Amino acid sequence: MQQLISFFYRNKNFLFFFLLEGIALFFTFQSHTYHKSKFVNSANAITGTIYQKVSNFKDYLLLKEENNRLAEENVYLKNLLEKNGGLSGQGNELKMDSIFVSDSLVKQKYFFYSAKVINNEYNKSNNYLTVNIGSNSGIGPDMAVINQKGIIGITKIVSGNYATVLSVLNVSANINVKLKNSDHFGTLSWDTKDYRKVQLLDLPIQANIKIGDTIVTGGKSLIFPEGIPVGTILDFERVNSIYTRVDLSLFNDMSSVGYVEIIRNFDKEEILRLEEQSANE
Amino acid sequence: MSREIINTILLFIGLILLQVIILNNINFLGYINPMLYVLFVFFYPIKKLDFTFLFLSFLLGLCIDFFLNSGGVNAAATLFMAYIRMPVIKGVLRRSELDYSSLIFRKLKFSKSVSILSILILIHHFIVFQLEYFRLDSFFTIILKTILTGIFTLVLVLLSIVFFTKKK
Repeated sequence: MQQLISFFYRNKNFLFFFLLEGIALFFTFQSHTYHKSKFVNSANAITGTIYQKVSNFKDYLLLKEENNRLAEENVYLKNLLEKNGGLSGQGNELKMDSIFVSDSLVKQKYFFYSAKVINNEYNKSNNYLTVNIGSNSGIGPDMAVINQKGIIGITKIVSGNYATVLSVLNVSANINVKLKNSDHFGTLSWDTKDYRKVQLLDLPIQANIKIGDTIVTGGKSLIFPEGIPVGTILDFERVNSIYTRVDLSLFNDMSSVGYVEIIRNFDKEEILRLEEQSANE
Repeated sequence: MSREIINTILLFIGLILLQVIILNNINFLGYINPMLYVLFVFFYPIKKLDFTFLFLSFLLGLCIDFFLNSGGVNAAATLFMAYIRMPVIKGVLRRSELDYSSLIFRKLKFSKSVSILSILILIHHFIVFQLEYFRLDSFFTIILKTILTGIFTLVLVLLSIVFFTKKK
């Protein structure tokens, strides 16, 4: 017993080091598994507040860019409206009316929240963003995050006022996507090399792809609605008619993301419950 | 004594804020962000290795991890760096040069302080990137990132030592 105590006493520094290193490695391993809820994250009050302050300061420098982006989106939405009936011309009020009526009758499937990215990472192998909206506003984990150009990521950890977003530039983000013109499905993945390029995996051999083809979200998962733009095919390799490598260039410049939209799927819980039931049958 | 404690606390908080507000957004050449926060390990008084030093290094790394969503990567690396600080110093310096009470990098020979600093920085950065990538097939990327980021960090550490320590 005496010897044991003196052993611990002599090696107390090493044992203390060993204990702390074990804790650090535990957090590291936890951060590499997708489904574990993580203790170390930036969606807490302290980190959130600091990032928010820095972001408020940066806003002054980026106002012009943000205005341009909003103006562009306005033009796009107005054009879309014009195609589907239009604002101008005869019978305008009637059409507007009917749009609203049908809206309230048909059940709304998705709800969009506006959020601001207050911290953005894009040069690590597992990148996360932090947004200034949280469970107090109705955000939950596993919701789609997009902007008008295309996909950004999926919400992960949500606190009262902040949430972390698993970026598409993250090795554990596997998002279901498809070819826009042929409905062949694949999985989006990232090889950590370049923040402008992502990879498309599991594309079936039947799919005919050309450089420049558009890729959109597949809608097979409950997170992303179908048809959100992702990127275009930049380059691909084919060996024995199997696609070995397909590089996409993202529509979004992930190094500068400002305001984003977070999508809540109202049907999600119902579908999950159904799937659970049928699995138990 | 209390002055030393206050200095340590200010250094601790100052380095975290500097790291997360400014240095993590530099993105030199697209991906190089210096990790100047390791300066804490160099500035902490060199006495016998104690629990406080190990724990503060661990905590500093963990605080950086909270901001970066990186699990315990920086905590593990900074703690390891703190633990091997003394062995590395002992390895580089001769017994006669070793003075526990007032070892200041400013007073050492330039080549010796650079070798101590660069060995510790490279080990720290290598652990950070290895744990961050967490796979073996990116070994070349990890080495490249370690060296480039290490050089950037080393330059900033040397500048900080020149500016913030008194020459006597």
